[in-house]
Amino acid sequence: MRVFVRSAGFLASVQDLGRTGYRQSGISIGGALDSHALRVANALVGNEDSVAGLEATLGNLRLRFDDPRVVAWCGGAFVVTIGGENLPPGHAGLVAKDEELVMTAPQAGSRAWLAISGGIDVPLVLGSRSTDLRGNFGGHEGRALRDGDRLPLGESSVLPGRAIKMFGSRRIAEWTAPSAWVTTAARDRFLRIIQGPEWARFTAEAQSAFVAAPFTVTMDSDRRGARLDGPDLRRLDPRDLLSEAVTPGTLQVPPNGKPILLLGDCQTIGGYPKIAHVITVDLPIAAQLWPGDIVRFHEVSLAEAQELLRERESDFARFRVGLSLQLS
Amino acid sequence: MRIEPLGDSALIVRVVDDFARDPEASLNAVLGALRSLESAAIPGVTELAPAYATVGVFFDPARIESFDVLKKTIGNILNASSVEGESKVEAPLHEISVCYDREFAPDLADVARAAGLTEAEVIRRHSGAAYRVNCVGFIAGFPFMSGLPSELATPRRAVPRKEVPAGSVGIGGVQTGIYPRNSPGGWNLIGRTPMRLFDVRHDPPTILQAGDRVRFREISREEFDAFSQ
Repeated sequence: MRVFVRSAGFLASVQDLGRTGYRQSGISIGGALDSHALRVANALVGNEDSVAGLEATLGNLRLRFDDPRVVAWCGGAFVVTIGGENLPPGHAGLVAKDEELVMTAPQAGSRAWLAISGGIDVPLVLGSRSTDLRGNFGGHEGRALRDGDRLPLGESSVLPGRAIKMFGSRRIAEWTAPSAWVTTAARDRFLRIIQGPEWARFTAEAQSAFVAAPFTVTMDSDRRGARLDGPDLRRLDPRDLLSEAVTPGTLQVPPNGKPILLLGDCQTIGGYPKIAHVITVDLPIAAQLWPGDIVRFHEVSLAEAQELLRERESDFARFRVGLSLQLS
Repeated sequence: MRIEPLGDSALIVRVVDDFARDPEASLNAVLGALRSLESAAIPGVTELAPAYATVGVFFDPARIESFDVLKKTIGNILNASSVEGESKVEAPLHEISVCYDREFAPDLADVARAAGLTEAEVIRRHSGAAYRVNCVGFIAGFPFMSGLPSELATPRRAVPRKEVPAGSVGIGGVQTGIYPRNSPGGWNLIGRTPMRLFDVRHDPPTILQAGDRVRFREISREEFDAFSQ
């Protein structure tokens, strides 16, 4: 019961919802950069939210399965086939024994999350199966996947015979998740933000440029953060701060005036002023950013951000109930 | 004390305003706040992260009533605990063995020159001081410590090293710290510990925690090699 990685592509790793509770030891949450996408994919294949899947970067992923599995994926604009048949994002599909799953390079966006019924059964390290690529622990041998790796799978939660009955001759389920959850790559990337603790330490010009001007994602971006080029965000006061907690979504501004949008593998503390935070429901869009992409910011209130998140959570709970009726 | 949002799923409690004025008292106050919040086990709060003058509080917005209610709850908990007075904060003392052998101390000469001291005197003062962990972070398991004798304060290197060996003891500005694993780094390296301070097979994975007290014990190269085997 394993999956054979014929091709790992640019960067693929085992990820779950991340490692919670170890910031005191300097360990960031990590996990799927778009944890919501992984939850949706997991739900579609009958897994619990926290089951580990794969995060693929720029596609070129080829997998072969030892035994039949139900799979689903969400994320950028990739084309995925199972046994040569197209598997659209946000749909569950059945891969037969020895069949291949192939993910092409993306038309837009950069990352995708793939859930496999039963999940990837690597050992738990500090409560999570996520690969900590900075610390080199967790996941599969603490590292990104390589061509030729074999990953252990858990007991499949959906029986193949049952899946064939449910999915019909195409072997692909009819039902799907809301499109905004399954396809997160967009041409016009607007990220909603709330003001950061040090908003007032930036000049009026910097504040208005921040929400008006486009920013370009630069080359030195990765799972730790997206570095952005755009207007200089000048501070009123050149001093850095005593380091304090930062979190995925934090937009910090080093002395060069170019903001860094922190992502899942970010450091746990930082001393640069925080001009803003991307709201949690927009982190899936942030997780698709790639060098050359253009992004703009739009301010909302804290209450609005939290209400949007509560709405999404109750929608997700309803989605899960609906799916359990289909899968039971 | 001030409480400010850190995005929509976290907040920062600013426990003290001027950390540098009295790091010792500041750390006690921050640890006191951390312990009070830990024992209060507020529903929806998923994680607490102390650093210098602040405690980061991470929560699940779907499980709290509102930011304002959470802020008030935290305020009440911290006010009640500060009324009890500056309760004695437990801070374990760790002795860390450090070998200041030339091979492990490529920046010792620079630190000595900047301080106007001999290398032996830098080692004597560094290993003679009492330290306290301000926070563990940035990278996994890196302790930032206060207590460095002020004459040993040395700015970080202009060009960071691509690879600093695990266990390296360094000086960065007014702080001293220990690289838990091989990583890039810009601190001035003056020694190395053979002790393993970070191990994900243990929970917690770090021996040193924010607030802990640290003393360095100078060991010879022979002791270092014996320990490492």
